[in-house]
Amino acid sequence: MMVPRVVSRGAGARGLLVSLLTFAIVTAPDLAAQSGEVPRLASGQPDMNGIWQVLGNAHWDIEPHAARAALAMQPGPVVPVPANEVLALGAIGSVPSGYGVVVGGEIPYLPEALAKRDENREHYLERDPEIKCYLPGVPRATYMPFPFQIFQSDSKFFISYEYAGADRDIYLEDPGPAQVDSWMGQSVGRWDGDTFEVHVTGLIDQTWFDRAGNHHSAAMTVTERYTMVGPDHIMYEATIEDPETFSRPWTIRMPLYRNVDPNARLGQFKCVEFVEELLYGHLRKNPIRE
Amino acid sequence: MRNRMVRSILTSVLTLCLMGMGAAGELLAQDAASWVVPRTPDGRPDLQGNWSNATMTPIVRPNGVGPVLTAEQVATLEDGRRLFIEEEAQASNPDREAPPVGGEFSGDPLLDGASGGTGGYNYFWIDGGDRIAVYGGEPRSSLITHPADGQRPPLNDEGQQAVAERRAFTARFGAYDNPENRPLAERCLMSFGSNGGPPMLPNYFYNNNYTIVQTPDHVMIFTEMVHDVRIIRMGEPKPLPAHIRPWMGDSWGRWEGDTLVVETTNIHPDQALASISAAQFYPSEKIKVTERFTRTDENTINYAFTVDDPGMFSESWGGEVPFERMDGLLYEYACHEGNYALSNVLSGARAQEREGRQNQPDQR
Repeated sequence: MMVPRVVSRGAGARGLLVSLLTFAIVTAPDLAAQSGEVPRLASGQPDMNGIWQVLGNAHWDIEPHAARAALAMQPGPVVPVPANEVLALGAIGSVPSGYGVVVGGEIPYLPEALAKRDENREHYLERDPEIKCYLPGVPRATYMPFPFQIFQSDSKFFISYEYAGADRDIYLEDPGPAQVDSWMGQSVGRWDGDTFEVHVTGLIDQTWFDRAGNHHSAAMTVTERYTMVGPDHIMYEATIEDPETFSRPWTIRMPLYRNVDPNARLGQFKCVEFVEELLYGHLRKNPIRE
Repeated sequence: MRNRMVRSILTSVLTLCLMGMGAAGELLAQDAASWVVPRTPDGRPDLQGNWSNATMTPIVRPNGVGPVLTAEQVATLEDGRRLFIEEEAQASNPDREAPPVGGEFSGDPLLDGASGGTGGYNYFWIDGGDRIAVYGGEPRSSLITHPADGQRPPLNDEGQQAVAERRAFTARFGAYDNPENRPLAERCLMSFGSNGGPPMLPNYFYNNNYTIVQTPDHVMIFTEMVHDVRIIRMGEPKPLPAHIRPWMGDSWGRWEGDTLVVETTNIHPDQALASISAAQFYPSEKIKVTERFTRTDENTINYAFTVDDPGMFSESWGGEVPFERMDGLLYEYACHEGNYALSNVLSGARAQEREGRQNQPDQR
């Protein structure tokens, strides 16, 4: 296995930890060496039709993180304990650990943006757009804990996500600058050899990267690269550029796994109706809670 | 939206001009004769692209009209529509006074329904269709074509019972008591028309737009309204368990010659089908909708549907709708994310109650 070049930032245990964790992030050429035949369309392009999903815990936090009791905490007599709002979920509300998907380990925030991230964490329950069933944006849609389906033909490339019924029509011809900013942005794709590269612009600033308060501005652009490394695996990379939030471009990388069950299908998760009590319950004629 | 509207007005004007120009008409006929259906690599008719089913033709046939309109009737209707749109598309007067209490109504049900007579939308935002639906060369007076009278059949005993039970339940609430008492569109759950369907019918207001992507084993239909996607799997149906009823049901497709045939069951019991019309109904657990998609020329898919719902109707019924190719792109309809309306509707009702005013019952 080729070892990614990683420069550990700072000495000591923390730097070592980041470095070790980063070793776990494989690169596309590594997997290609292990791969079988990549399916192809009649046109010769890799055929990515199918149902895909990310494994792992990037949706909780794209940076390396230890497990913790809950997404929202309050001070306890000895150590912090889960906040009242999430206490009833018990272990189901706990956050599993993750080794991170950010190449290099850490998001290169500008100081003010880092402070906002930390503030987002303190106000997590009020601020995470996923709680309100808002569209996830890009790249978060990819590694939500839900599958998505690619519909690919010679003339179209369309992704339908189970979470919130989000969708992206990835244009194969550039229509010019996005006319309006949107939750899922405007995506324009092109083939770079066997890699499908998608440039995403026109993104609004209200989506997050994960359940850990990681955020961006409306200046963000995302360049995704989808590379099949075998019949049932796509190596996914997304490079984030947002000079208002980050000191340099940075990249996340993770494999996408095909659901090989011949009966696999997307479910319907129209969560809008599931959050009506949360969002509108206080406006009922007879509210059912304090 | 604006480009689309300019385009559709232009197209409308062109269509009217062509009707008086024999030479141009013959040219079109020649093009049609030489047209060959485009095919996907696996040999199926290629249905892919962006399509619209916006039309002036209503779902249910108006009284006193035959099934097929005359050229004169079409010209009168489309010309009237065009003039109305041009008038309504004028810029608003920024110095106008507030509308009177209770609103000021234009007489156009779409405009009045959308704004409550307060000028909430002008026609810049509306693209409800400016042409009569032409299907198989016939300008149609209704989208429902069978039974022959263009009307949805009456509910059978079982259907009447179901409706009575629904009404008895909803009548326990005021129309503004809870978010669940509001229509699906106001809650950003589904389109206010049955755009997603099935059957996929126009909403007579805006965004009657679709994207179709086709692979050998799937046909994906993206509906602009509420960014709904229908994933139609090709092959022998493996139906869902009866208690799983997605909003647009469970769809399976097959090819009959060059026609894509889609059968759908398990439609959500609260999905208001054929809404924005007198044909509106809620599906029973027995519903099966059969849709047939046939590419008939470069710019048209003929879409035919049949509703079989023995839990609602004693006979099957259905209709025909042309889907016309659109050049524009679809927009993101992120309804829920910006849904200030539902909060305001509910809080407005609470404010009225504090003033001692009660609201009407939920009569859906």
